[in-house]
Amino acid sequence: MGSSGVALMNDPVRSARWITRRLPTSNPVLTTLLYVLSLAVALGISGLLVASTGGSASAVLGALLDGSLRTPGAWGLTLTTMAPLLMVAVGTIVATRACLVNIGQEGQVLMGACFAGYLAVRLGGPAWFVITASILFGAVGGGVWAGVAAGLRAWRNVPEVLTTLLLSFVAVSLLTYGLRQNWLLGDRNDEIINQLNSGEKLPPDIQLPEFTVFGNEIDSAFLIAVGLAAVLAVIVGRTVLGARIDIVGFNPRAAQRFGVASGPLSSAVLIGSGATAGVAGAVLLTGAAASDRLVFGFSGNFGWDGLLVALLARNRVLLAIPMAFLFAVLRTGSSFLASTGVDRKMTDVVQALLVLALLIPPAVLAGIERRRTLAQISPASPVRAVDSPIAEKVG
Amino acid sequence: MFDAIATLLTSDAMYVSTFQLSVLFVFAGTGEWVAERAGTFNISVEGMLLAGAFGAVVGHEWIASGVVGLVVGALFGLLVAILQANLSHRLTANQFVVGLALNVLVLGLTAFLSRTFTFGPARAQVLTVPLLADIPLVGEALFARPWPAYLVYPFVPLLWWAVYRTRWGLEARSVGENPQAADVTGIDVNARRRQAIYVTGLACGIGGAFIVLGQVGSFQSGIINGRGFVAIAAVIFGGWTLRGTVIGGVLFGFVQALTIAIPANGYSIDPFVLSAAPYVVALTVVMVFATRVRQPRALAQPFVRGLT
Repeated sequence: MGSSGVALMNDPVRSARWITRRLPTSNPVLTTLLYVLSLAVALGISGLLVASTGGSASAVLGALLDGSLRTPGAWGLTLTTMAPLLMVAVGTIVATRACLVNIGQEGQVLMGACFAGYLAVRLGGPAWFVITASILFGAVGGGVWAGVAAGLRAWRNVPEVLTTLLLSFVAVSLLTYGLRQNWLLGDRNDEIINQLNSGEKLPPDIQLPEFTVFGNEIDSAFLIAVGLAAVLAVIVGRTVLGARIDIVGFNPRAAQRFGVASGPLSSAVLIGSGATAGVAGAVLLTGAAASDRLVFGFSGNFGWDGLLVALLARNRVLLAIPMAFLFAVLRTGSSFLASTGVDRKMTDVVQALLVLALLIPPAVLAGIERRRTLAQISPASPVRAVDSPIAEKVG
Repeated sequence: MFDAIATLLTSDAMYVSTFQLSVLFVFAGTGEWVAERAGTFNISVEGMLLAGAFGAVVGHEWIASGVVGLVVGALFGLLVAILQANLSHRLTANQFVVGLALNVLVLGLTAFLSRTFTFGPARAQVLTVPLLADIPLVGEALFARPWPAYLVYPFVPLLWWAVYRTRWGLEARSVGENPQAADVTGIDVNARRRQAIYVTGLACGIGGAFIVLGQVGSFQSGIINGRGFVAIAAVIFGGWTLRGTVIGGVLFGFVQALTIAIPANGYSIDPFVLSAAPYVVALTVVMVFATRVRQPRALAQPFVRGLT
């Protein structure tokens, strides 16, 4: 393997991770100020957009909060929605830490759902067994889909940023094809497949259990997601494997010196991130509140939104939890936007603006820090060596 | 089977739709090629194309003229490019993150605006070149197109001249190969990279506007549907050469035309297998060609002076 598998990053020394983890300055006041300012600008632009199209920004905010938090039972829906987002995000974060650019989560979610759906209607046995097996098979599905990209990367040096993305579009076509074939994903009842072209309905007991907290029905997928985040946080932060992933991400050449096989490790991490996306797809299908059959456009942008959550969390696994919650609020809240007359696509704009806004503070801080460092080192630079004490002595 | 291929290859319609669909890939691919030669793996092509398409309907709505639609489309593409370039090569935010966020932003914003306001149809007139349009098979495809399509003829040579025959082009290419060396010779590395992305934005804006003005006639939010990413594959297929990128664009246009022509001619292949074809072909082509070519050495690497 050796040097293969580093397609976009020819010079390993400079191929530092594509999102840096630590902020480049230690000034907390300035940092907070910049974050608050850029978030305010993002929300301000969103508000202006709503206002300029004839809506009312405060009504929109109220509707978002009503839909996601304030109406009875809304918390449960929001936390349930958060689960697949978090699953996608944590896998992506691990991949990002290894300097991999996996942006095909949408396809991996879809393949996870397809694999899980295929098994769930065919496997007999106790419900808990079928559910567990389907979710694991979903992980295999997502892993296989990411594995295609990983294989191309390791074998042919193809940038995974492109292949993961193209594979997403293939996955969409594959699902649509599968739904029309009753031996694959389509309903085995001929009447239904002719009418609906949808997947076979899952047996009613093949459903993740719900638990109720203060009248909120929360899917146990939420617990799976948080557990997954916790496990990955430990792996990334506290184990040798996590350290190896970090070394590969920061400097593949150093990784080679340390005896880390960066090629196989990268492939494994990419497949693993696909697998968590696959679990998200499986949960979308087997979840209690979720759809009980595969349909066109099944993944509902959960892959894309999970990717954005990962970008917002800036490589920290546990930070993905609040970010996933934020996106879940936007997602569930958007169903209440109809009453305000503002199209629900508005939340997509808000999400993208948030990602862009959170990019700016670290970049600005890095610039400030750089200028400061340059100001410090310039007196000792070789150009002005004459001024140095040694030069005086020699002179 | 051979019958079918022969029928397709002798039909005027096949050449027409190949050309029509190639225009987008050629504009987007060659535009992306400039950015990549200058060292940016620019994945906001999708967003730029979509912005261009949306700009075309906005411009056409504003003043009912195809020219205005095209210009506004190009400007909208440029606007996305300005955001991409300044966030990734002035603030040195990560280019992939910026690109992804911009794609999502443009997709959301255009969908939101196109649902909030209604836009009328926007079409450009067909311009027929006399005599040449009567050439059998390819005449109609090459010389009886909506007029924005003809821009592709001067655009590609112009790009070749700018990149290979001007000082700016030499500097842009050097910035993509060895930014440290370029920096030492006094070239403003990040400025060249930003300018290269502006070229991408303009090209994609025109390409996106063409899709509306020359082909679809109106705006839908799924109008680009991942074709920007296929255009990136065309650059890799072309081995980061202009000629290869154009050939790649035409190839992908041809594959897409096939997916339309095969069912239209009564041959039954599942339409959803066909809809995957451009992406599968792009993947295959990238797989075959990725190791045979040399990419710009500093591709996707940010440049900050004094960092290494």
